[in-house]
Amino acid sequence: MDRKEEVILEVNHLTIEFHDHDTPERVVDDVNFVLHKQEILGIVGESGSGKSMSALAIAGLLKRHALSLSGEILFDGTDLLTCDRERLRSYQGDEISMIFQEPMTSLNPLQRIGHQMEECLRIHHKEMTKKERYDRAIRTMTAVGLDDAEKLYRMYPHELSGGMRQRVMIGAATIARPKILIADEPTTALDVTIQAQIIALLRKVNVKRETAILFISHDLSLVRQLCHKVIVMQKGRIVESGITEEVFEHPEQPYTQALIEAIPKVEL
Amino acid sequence: MRYVFKKCGTMLLTLIVVSLCLFIAFWLISGDPATHILGTGATPERLQALREELGLNAPLFVRYFRWLKGFLTGDLGTSYVYSLPVRDLLASKIPVTFFLAVFSFVLVCLIGIPLGLYTGRHAGGRADKIIMVCNQVIMSIPPFFSGILISWVFGMILHLFAPGGYVPFSKSAPAFFSYMIFPAIAIALPRAAMTAKLLRGSILEEAGKDYTRTAYSRGNTVNGVLFHHVFKNAFLPVLTFLGMSLANMLAGSLVVERVFNIPGMSNTLLTSIGNRDYPVVLAAVMWIAFVIIVINLAVDLLYRVLDPRTAQE
Ligand SMILES: Nc1ncnc2c1ncn2[C@@H]1O[C@H](COP(=O)(O)OP(=O)(O)OP(=O)(O)O)[C@@H](O)[C@H]1O
Ligand SMILES: [Mg+2]
Repeated sequence: MDRKEEVILEVNHLTIEFHDHDTPERVVDDVNFVLHKQEILGIVGESGSGKSMSALAIAGLLKRHALSLSGEILFDGTDLLTCDRERLRSYQGDEISMIFQEPMTSLNPLQRIGHQMEECLRIHHKEMTKKERYDRAIRTMTAVGLDDAEKLYRMYPHELSGGMRQRVMIGAATIARPKILIADEPTTALDVTIQAQIIALLRKVNVKRETAILFISHDLSLVRQLCHKVIVMQKGRIVESGITEEVFEHPEQPYTQALIEAIPKVEL
Repeated sequence: MRYVFKKCGTMLLTLIVVSLCLFIAFWLISGDPATHILGTGATPERLQALREELGLNAPLFVRYFRWLKGFLTGDLGTSYVYSLPVRDLLASKIPVTFFLAVFSFVLVCLIGIPLGLYTGRHAGGRADKIIMVCNQVIMSIPPFFSGILISWVFGMILHLFAPGGYVPFSKSAPAFFSYMIFPAIAIALPRAAMTAKLLRGSILEEAGKDYTRTAYSRGNTVNGVLFHHVFKNAFLPVLTFLGMSLANMLAGSLVVERVFNIPGMSNTLLTSIGNRDYPVVLAAVMWIAFVIIVINLAVDLLYRVLDPRTAQE
């Protein structure tokens, strides 16, 4: 692994608390990590361990007034937790993109695929002409493995299978060449063969587009296949982190050992 | 396009079934129109002669087919009471009701949709709370009361129009318009309130959906998400209500036509029922059925245009 060890995202003491009950509930507790250029970083942990919350915080999708956020998330010298909305929006979709677990519902049912593919360009690259956007959309769709892109461009989400929709999501998220792609359990809703294809696609995006990926998953075997480094979370805290192989070969925490032992011994 | 033709065919069939049902119903409940017209003191000979003249002696199905043939060729029969062709009688009423309905409908959209958008956008805010309370109040006022209230405030106090002083369009277009504003408001207000409430709820529901989160993740502003993504989705359920409202309004708002003394369809229908003037009643009810069916068809078509998921057959 001879990547330039250039840090593009730095998370320091990230803490997230809900205040909608009598006692504040801390769902992310003093999380620290860095993401390097073109790195794939996995986050694993049991359900409710705060993986999605951390991801949403980085993507700027948590409602700031509904919960209390502390610590800092540094991107490009800017703290995403405290910078103004406009600054944050200028990164969203252009530098930092996110895809979600449910490709079925993550696309707008009333908009054509092409229109949704191009949205990041319409928002962040107003200098582009319609024709340029169209060309870029077609090229991106082809790149994420959507054949017959011209036809697909005019179709609606309900006409596509789950795997195709997730490809559309990935294409739409990466069309503006973001530096970071956050993928929150992107394959959980898909069946196994499609899962493998999506993983291969993410790897391709990582290599060709030089996009760093924050890959969140329940599935440790996927994390092992895909990620350079891994973070293990439990109850909102990071309990273990390191190079993927090392963590898998020599887990230090009993929690991590238990997670690893729970992997079904079936090779994909 | 084949879909449209098919729907039009169904529509015609529905109208015929409706008319048949009405015919039978009138036959079942009917007192004798001849007696009603001539009074109970009339001699049997005169009654018989009138029945003959009105074609009431033929068997039911013959009368029905006579009527149906006329209906399909545009002849709606003759009013028992006014001895005028029903068509001429209604020709002056339908445009009035039609205009009032369309005018009200425009008001419903112009008031209800922006209010729904605003309260949905700023849900939980102070303005939202105030508007929603007003909405609730407006929705619970019965139309006759709001009609009287509007007459009183705008007519008696502010002298913006003369209550009851309906001016036909043919006499003075400006006077007609300025008179119609007030009944239109009376009809539109509760429906606009309902539209706003529905749209607000629908927006809040859509705002919680996954595609909204995706839209934010691409760098959209709140307004960008609202207008490019949420609005169209949120509007779909409201469309059904708007269609129903328009159909109701086109059928005629009895109370408002009475309160504001407007010679529209509802007034005519009510008078004709009182007079047992069945040809007029039948034609008026057919108008209502026609309006409801046409609007339903239009709403259906609109859904197919707006929502690609329903366009699949
Ligand atoms: N509105 C809320 N109020 C209070 N607690 C919440 C709220 N939303 C989420 N939580 C809590 O935050 C914690 C972290 O949730 P998060 O979605 O980050 O978990 P996760 O690690 O992504 O789990 P999963 O693997 O199931 O997706 C959970 O315990 C959840 O119950
Ligand atoms: Mg999650």
